[in-house]
Amino acid sequence: MKLTLKIWRQKNFETKGRIVNYKIDNISPDMSFLEMLDVLNADLISKDEDPVSFDHDCREGICGSCSLFINGQAHGPDRRITTCQLHMRKFKDGDTIYIEPFRAKAFPVIKDLVVDRSAFDRIQQSGGYISVNTSGNTQDANSIPINKDNADDAFDAATCIGCGACVATCKNSSAMLFVGAKVSQYSLLPQGQTEASRRVINMVNQMDLEGFGNCSNTGACEVECPKGISLDNIARMNRELMKASIKK
Amino acid sequence: MLLIFVLQLKMMKSFLLTSIGKKVAMAISAIFLMIFLLQHFIINITSVFSEDIFNMLSHFMGTNFLVQFILQPILIFGVIFHFVMGFYLEIQNRRATKYEYEKVRGGANSTWMSRNMIWSGLVILSFLILHFRDFWIPEMNYKYVEFLPDDPNRYHHELVEKFQDPYKVVFYCISFVLLSLHLLHGFSSSLKSMGTNKSYSSSVKNLSYAYSIGIPLGFCFIAIFHYLTH
Repeated sequence: MKLTLKIWRQKNFETKGRIVNYKIDNISPDMSFLEMLDVLNADLISKDEDPVSFDHDCREGICGSCSLFINGQAHGPDRRITTCQLHMRKFKDGDTIYIEPFRAKAFPVIKDLVVDRSAFDRIQQSGGYISVNTSGNTQDANSIPINKDNADDAFDAATCIGCGACVATCKNSSAMLFVGAKVSQYSLLPQGQTEASRRVINMVNQMDLEGFGNCSNTGACEVECPKGISLDNIARMNRELMKASIKK
Repeated sequence: MLLIFVLQLKMMKSFLLTSIGKKVAMAISAIFLMIFLLQHFIINITSVFSEDIFNMLSHFMGTNFLVQFILQPILIFGVIFHFVMGFYLEIQNRRATKYEYEKVRGGANSTWMSRNMIWSGLVILSFLILHFRDFWIPEMNYKYVEFLPDDPNRYHHELVEKFQDPYKVVFYCISFVLLSLHLLHGFSSSLKSMGTNKSYSSSVKNLSYAYSIGIPLGFCFIAIFHYLTH
């Protein structure tokens, strides 16, 4: 396959970026998208040029490291996948592909396609956990009976890998799907309910402090989420916050 | 008791300052306006079937103390709040996005209505200004400025008169199409913001379609009916 790549290049956080065009040849349709970028980088290095920086780690759709806004969509033109699971067979020979970093005020660009998603870590640190002494005394989780629907919903919410596609694709750069999933995964289970009020208040406050936008329920986040996290998690977070504000 | 009330007000304030609180406040004002719109439609549709019933209902609404001096100010506050909050949230959201993508395929994951609520809202706002100029201001002038004598039979005639200008009828109909698009997203969005449980999602969807298409279509029908039959 022959392709034209239009890639966002930006030296660092302080400099202004721009789209740079690259021609690339001999791309196999069986390659993953990240492998295609590896080929491009090998070519750039051989020409003594600066390779394109991009985030990646597990390359099997689990870690949530790879980001990229490809041809106007987070993680590219496919459903329920991360960028590392996107294959070149989704494109045609001669295509022009736009590759941009995830964009949001709360996700500043570090270099080229790499963005700082530590805002998610700080939201998680503000309450996305349960305070349990795990020093050898934890009881078997199966010893507590849990409603099957709740267990399933909690598991679905817990599949969120925190990649940030929801923020990147939202026209308001809202992080409510991410926070909603984290709040839900604990609030649905008895182990998480003890701290539910404090958790939702702290996580929502931290989300607001980080400068994410407001949710307007467009549903784009749900569609682009590689793990199919449902908008119901946002509705649940809203209920949890209302409940917590009354209880407080 | 007073202490509990003050504490509750404080909690309410801290909730309303969060992004979710603002979203809920926006949803409450939207639901309130949708209930008002339904009530407005029920009264207006009677103008098609019976001049007497329309005059009787309009006279009641126009002279009842509770409606005029309690519900009407609440309604005006609700309208202003919904628009001001809408603009405020739009500005906040634009600040949060800050950078534009070179290429965006918004249609791949969301509806046009959901992405353009601010634009459909602006058309509705301009329609409301015209509507106030046509109906509300003359009504206030009649009752509270000129203190003209109470006439329970004037309402139907005044309504019909307003719909004799074809340009006005066309503008009304265009505005109601935009209102329909606004509601097609706004109806279900407001209920989601209020935290509606997923078990109600299919009922919410059906109700949303019925309301968002039915009510604006009904208003268009009333305007066209009076233009063609008088």
